[in-house]
Amino acid sequence: MKNTVNDRPLRVVIAKAGLDGHDRGAKVIARALRDAGMEVVYTGLFQTPEQIVQTAIQEDADGIGLSILSGAHMTLFPLVVEQLRAQDAGDIVFFGGGTIPAEDAQQLRELGVREIFTPGAPLQDIIDFVRRECGKRRALVG
Amino acid sequence: MKSQASDAELLRDFDRGSQRALARAISRAESGRGGELVRALYPKTGRAMTIGLTGPPGVGKSTLASGLVRKARALRRSVGVVSVDPSSPFSHGALLGDRIRLNEHFTDERVFIRSMASRGHLGGLAGATGDAVLMMDAFGLDVVLIETVGVGQSEVAIAELAQTTLVALQPGSGDSIQVLKAGIMEIADVFVVNKADHPMANQLRREIRSMMEMLQWPGWVPELVTTQALAGDGIDDLWAAVERHVAYLNETGEIEQRRREAFIHQVRQLALGQLERRLDHALREDARDDVDPYEAADRILSSF
Repeated sequence: MKNTVNDRPLRVVIAKAGLDGHDRGAKVIARALRDAGMEVVYTGLFQTPEQIVQTAIQEDADGIGLSILSGAHMTLFPLVVEQLRAQDAGDIVFFGGGTIPAEDAQQLRELGVREIFTPGAPLQDIIDFVRRECGKRRALVG
Repeated sequence: MKSQASDAELLRDFDRGSQRALARAISRAESGRGGELVRALYPKTGRAMTIGLTGPPGVGKSTLASGLVRKARALRRSVGVVSVDPSSPFSHGALLGDRIRLNEHFTDERVFIRSMASRGHLGGLAGATGDAVLMMDAFGLDVVLIETVGVGQSEVAIAELAQTTLVALQPGSGDSIQVLKAGIMEIADVFVVNKADHPMANQLRREIRSMMEMLQWPGWVPELVTTQALAGDGIDDLWAAVERHVAYLNETGEIEQRRREAFIHQVRQLALGQLERRLDHALREDARDDVDPYEAADRILSSF
């Protein structure tokens, strides 16, 4: 399957936000996307929403994947959505994952998070989602 | 959502100081479509101080880079960082992790950090690194730091691109013969012995000193600085050494020679890239195997 649009691999920022030191999931996703042929920028732990969005802008990322396992998802996801709007960067595909109850995930989708993956989600589904959605963004923005 | 901006639109935003436009411009260079942009921006280049930072994986290049960014910001200079990590030769994907050490600077609007995947490029840099440096220079960033992939012994392209090359070395990684070998040991304007708290740090310093005493240095004599980048120790000394080198380049006029080398480096990269594409095309078109390899190579080259 195609991982490049305009001869350039898709670029995705994988981020951890707030007081949440559990990064194994984020690393697994980063590695899976790398092996699927994408360029993955990993931010490291304890980032603020501003830092995450600034990183995505400077890296010209097609997408941001945010992992939250601390329970603060209803605070942090909306703050990233807000930052993306404030920075006029709504074209960047924002998705996430973590221990997030179904009703919260639904609410986050309504707020503008493109997709939420919960424990047990097959890696292939995540890769397919990123490829499809980030590919669309790339085709549009170039 | 915005659709694909034209080069002219991108340049307009670029001139207004939009980081987004700079980011897009670098992407365009990475996909081999940066020619018009570089052409337009080239007259604005030549102002930035360019510092290359190389050394083996894990020596602390990103941590040193972070220290240098902090120092430059304390001096009120704006900074660009281009940080190269390797691409997979198998999947072509990459995990770019250098930003982790630089995260204290993420929201400083006068610091612009860009990670680059090497995309099969040898020599420790990526194909578009030169373009990214020119673009950051034209953007008005005062200092541009270029961090190579973690290198082995022979990745020396950085010395052609940067005005000042820092070679960071790791205590405890080999005997005295290692520092005598050819390759990256020959390109340093400043040697940095990082991890000063390591028990072997003094031994490495002695080895570098004695290696330097064996040789004649007609011009600049490389400096040796010891740092413990994680604690921020020695960064002031390192910055002072860089400034002495830049002063030396300016006083002797060698700066022009360095600029010319950087220019030639880039022309060579561009020409090689085009030649490679033409060669690949010719090989696909004319893949005959009824002659010997030398004959086949001669034939293809004569068609160029």
